[in-house]
Amino acid sequence: MRKLQAIGRRIGGRLLSSVPAILGVVILTFLLMRVLPGDPAVFFASGPSAGQQEIEDLRKQMGLDQPVPVQLVRYLQDIATGNLGRSMTTGQPVLTDMQQRLPASLELTFSALFLALACALPLGILAALRPGSAVDHVVRFLCTLGVCMPTFVSGLLLIYAFYYLLGWAPDPTGRIDIFASAPPEITGFLLFDFAVTGDLEGFRAAFSQLILPACTMALFVLAPLARMTRASMLAVLGSDFIRTARSIGLAPWRVILVYALRNALLPVLTIAGIVFSTMLGANVLVEKVFSWPGVASYALDALLASDYAPVQGFVLLMATIFVLVNLLVDILYGLADPRIAAE
Amino acid sequence: MSASLTSPPRNATLGHIAWVLRGNPLTALAMAGTALLIALAVLAPWIAPYDPIASDVPGALQPPSATHWFGTDQLGRDILSRLLHGTRLDLTIAAAAVGLSFAVGAMIGSFCGFVGGRLDRWVGRFTDVLMAFPLFVLAMAMVAALGNRLENIIYATAIINLPFYIRFARTEVAVRRNAGWVEAAQASGNSRGRVVLFFLLPNILPIVAVQISLNLGWAILNAAGLSFIGLGVQAPTPEWGIMVAEGARFIASGKWWLVFFPGAALMFAVLCFNLLGDGLRDILDPRMRT
Amino acid sequence: MTTPLLQVQDLEVTFATRRGAVAALRGASFALDPGEVLGLVGESGSGKSVTALAAMGLLDKAGRVTRGSIHFDGRDITRAGAGVLRPMRGAAFSMIFQNPRAALNPIRSVGAQVADALRAHRDLSARAARDQALALLEQVRIRNAGQRLEAFPHELSGGMCQRVMIAMAIACAPRLIIADEPTTGLDVTTQKAVMDLLAGLTRERGMAMLLITHDLGLAAQYCDRVAVMEQGRVVEEAPPAALFGAPGHAYTRRLVAACPTPSSTIASLSPDGELPAEPVARAPLPAGTPLLLEVRDLVKTYPGGVAAVDKVSFTMKPGESLGLVGESGSGKSTISRLVTRLIDATGGEVIFDGHSVSDIPARDFHAAPQRSQIQIVFQDAGESLNPRFSAFDSIADPLRRLRGLRDGSELTKRVKDCAVSVGLPLPLLDRFPHQLSGGQRARVGIARAVSVDPKLLVLDEPTAALDVSVQAVVLQLLERLRREKGLAYLFVSHDLNVVRMLCDRMIVLRNGQVVEEGDSQRIFRAPQADYTAELIAAIPHFEPLAA
Repeated sequence: MRKLQAIGRRIGGRLLSSVPAILGVVILTFLLMRVLPGDPAVFFASGPSAGQQEIEDLRKQMGLDQPVPVQLVRYLQDIATGNLGRSMTTGQPVLTDMQQRLPASLELTFSALFLALACALPLGILAALRPGSAVDHVVRFLCTLGVCMPTFVSGLLLIYAFYYLLGWAPDPTGRIDIFASAPPEITGFLLFDFAVTGDLEGFRAAFSQLILPACTMALFVLAPLARMTRASMLAVLGSDFIRTARSIGLAPWRVILVYALRNALLPVLTIAGIVFSTMLGANVLVEKVFSWPGVASYALDALLASDYAPVQGFVLLMATIFVLVNLLVDILYGLADPRIAAE
Repeated sequence: MSASLTSPPRNATLGHIAWVLRGNPLTALAMAGTALLIALAVLAPWIAPYDPIASDVPGALQPPSATHWFGTDQLGRDILSRLLHGTRLDLTIAAAAVGLSFAVGAMIGSFCGFVGGRLDRWVGRFTDVLMAFPLFVLAMAMVAALGNRLENIIYATAIINLPFYIRFARTEVAVRRNAGWVEAAQASGNSRGRVVLFFLLPNILPIVAVQISLNLGWAILNAAGLSFIGLGVQAPTPEWGIMVAEGARFIASGKWWLVFFPGAALMFAVLCFNLLGDGLRDILDPRMRT
Repeated sequence: MTTPLLQVQDLEVTFATRRGAVAALRGASFALDPGEVLGLVGESGSGKSVTALAAMGLLDKAGRVTRGSIHFDGRDITRAGAGVLRPMRGAAFSMIFQNPRAALNPIRSVGAQVADALRAHRDLSARAARDQALALLEQVRIRNAGQRLEAFPHELSGGMCQRVMIAMAIACAPRLIIADEPTTGLDVTTQKAVMDLLAGLTRERGMAMLLITHDLGLAAQYCDRVAVMEQGRVVEEAPPAALFGAPGHAYTRRLVAACPTPSSTIASLSPDGELPAEPVARAPLPAGTPLLLEVRDLVKTYPGGVAAVDKVSFTMKPGESLGLVGESGSGKSTISRLVTRLIDATGGEVIFDGHSVSDIPARDFHAAPQRSQIQIVFQDAGESLNPRFSAFDSIADPLRRLRGLRDGSELTKRVKDCAVSVGLPLPLLDRFPHQLSGGQRARVGIARAVSVDPKLLVLDEPTAALDVSVQAVVLQLLERLRREKGLAYLFVSHDLNVVRMLCDRMIVLRNGQVVEEGDSQRIFRAPQADYTAELIAAIPHFEPLAA
């Protein structure tokens, strides 16, 4: 009970202290967007022949004729009411656009994180249990290599190997083959939607589209995760309480699972949170390589077109997700580590 | 200190470096690799076999051959020559950006970590704001806003590195703030500024050096990533990220060399910096000296 | 003659290090009968702990038994595999470790950990294990054991954690308990409580105990026999009265002499030391000599509202030595930093040599004229030297800053003089802290503090981290420096014997307040406050006469 209260307090504190951070992010983005080159009003006027009057009207409509502070206040009011503005490129409200595209990004990120964790944890643990062994060397080599590989290069090389050379992967564009039947609209997570509707064919198609980008992303974050698991497991295995556990005659597997692993996973949890937010940024590159219709590529297109609203909305979304992920990490940490409650 | 008193430690340092290198040949390889990269960057104009931006459309998309070791791109430009010239640009961006963020970040971070209090909390909050951004997106936005010029790419890369250095220096200094030798330094009449500059900073340097080395790799990846999405150095300029971006269109038709060679160059550079970082840690840590 | 319970014969253990194989044990032999308590004493590096870990089969991977044998109850367990040893650990013999807080799993409740110890060897239901764990916690006299079952190690005090560790060790009724420095780091009153409990439990249950300690007094008080280890060998073994009354081996003699007792003097700690044995005779100060230090109603409150120092007042005359004694949390270290002006007080005044120095903020004190007058020597000499400074630079730093000396022959000469006066061999000046031994580091720390000729030297537990023989030498050095230079010492320590020897007067502190103040010898002979009497009674001692 006391523990839950402590966790509750922590969450409250964390949420409160993240408000200025999010606000800062929003304002910073807003100001950055104001100095973007080019006049959006000119850009979005009907054509090069658009008259001065038409541009002026557009300015007024977009609120660009007001001084920057007024624009900022107006923007903040809009955010508070859930209005993120309208994209000039797609002509739709930013919120609608993002709702359509966010599941694609999240599906990719989550599958990649899952893949990475599923490989990194066992590898890291094995390496720590047998330091200096062949497994250890392989893991260290993989880690070093993984950090060095830019996602856009590894993605392209994967395409070359699995699409061009081996022909195992489908055409690396988008989430689903353009000729395939349209996916059912439930959650937007294709794997989930196909599974729920029992469409195995669709599931297979979506899965085969997803696997290459997810692997690309997973390769990128495998290294820090495995490295951290190994380091923290090694540190824990060398600590006094492991010696105690062995001194009372506990079975080796119990020492490793109950005593070592639970302690070693705490720092890995923190790193996993950081890795997740790194992936949100790295999404831009992977989505571009695989023409993945996610939020990041949406924001990139908008950025290149000097289209404010989607970029601002995207950054706000990312910051919010970042805060939520950290919150989740905090809660898990609080549940796993009783020392937190004492703070 | 008299000369007779200084010379033995210096020899000991050299001996220590030699010992570390013997025990860890990878570090020696990384050092050689870094030296090679720097040499290539300096000598690029003289050793590149072709003009990096001269196109030769009939000879476009040639696979690697005796005349074009790394093949040619879609405009018939020699990939090896472009790669060599790209080394120059990418190393400059990385070094300048990391140098900038280290100089500013380590300083701010150490003072905050040492003084603590309200200033520290403010700076801590500011770094939190910066880190709340997906940093790569921040760099994208900054380059887009300020314009695709070399110095803006450097600033953007430096700024997204900054919070890491501040945070890093802050925690490392805060850990040592109450160490006996820091109190002793104050008792010996050192002002707080001196304590930070001459006592704490040198002591966190080994750990920061590792960070710098790792960050050099990260900065190269960032700069190349920016170019890859079209928000970095502009098109005909030979740069590794652009080369990969241009090659990306041909990968699905099997023209692997357009992507492979600049990609391998990127990997090689980052690998060298990372291994160097690990090696530096061993060399700079005086406790490892025996 | 019965079979010994534990027999160690000619044991050699080597560790593979980067500089090749290093022998930690070089042929150690001893035997322990059922129900007997054997003390294994020695200084750091003598191989005591390695012996214990080798017997338990818990040496880390770098260590190997290269010669000799270990027999438990007649059975050879020298190189037994995990399959043989695991069922024995905890059931046949178990171990209690130093630093109890780190020895317990931080994220598992202590009840679960005690239950783990039970269920490792007995087929118990969770419910039954819990009940037995509760009974065990009660047996180690943990109050409110029912609630404590759910507690985590960080919620318990160090002494409490050690009781939990004892409960785990006795859970499956082993015949032998190996206690490796079980009370090091605990306060002296807690130490007594824990040791009394441990001794009582082993006696009641007829368990044998191997007590490993650096504290001769502790070994004398609780052991039937004591074995002295030096550099990986047992050099002497005898019942405590015989061993400490008439030590046979030269090393034992040195060790026994270096150990502070109620009757020892600084000169007697190391008979062949640098200090002449004549008693300390100080000329009384002429009447009307101004006070060197006056502390009035000093208060220091840390964020969170806990007063670490609560209205402490005292005075010091020039050349006087005053001891500040107390257990952890008594505020003695905080006072030392307040007087040294490294931290700012919440209230009260510090008057040094007629000037109030508490008005100058700590951050500006480096430029105050009194900076060179008040210097400090820190507890852990290793931790108080800048890892990136050579010994020369460490000593030269205050000379550069406070005396304005630039690099040159004058500075070199002053540093060398200083090194000579603290007995630091000149070739060592080029070394870095990690290349120096504990005693050498302590000398560098002292040299740094006295290099600028202060009037007041604050000594914050300067020997707490040192072996007794090194402590003896350092104490003698401090005493000689005081006589030569006429320094005033504010000596902070938890060791009453050391304070009695070095200080004219002492102040006993508890929870930030003064409990008793007066002449050292008088307080030791006839303490006024109950707390002081308790402290003195808790000191382990090996002189039957003093008991």
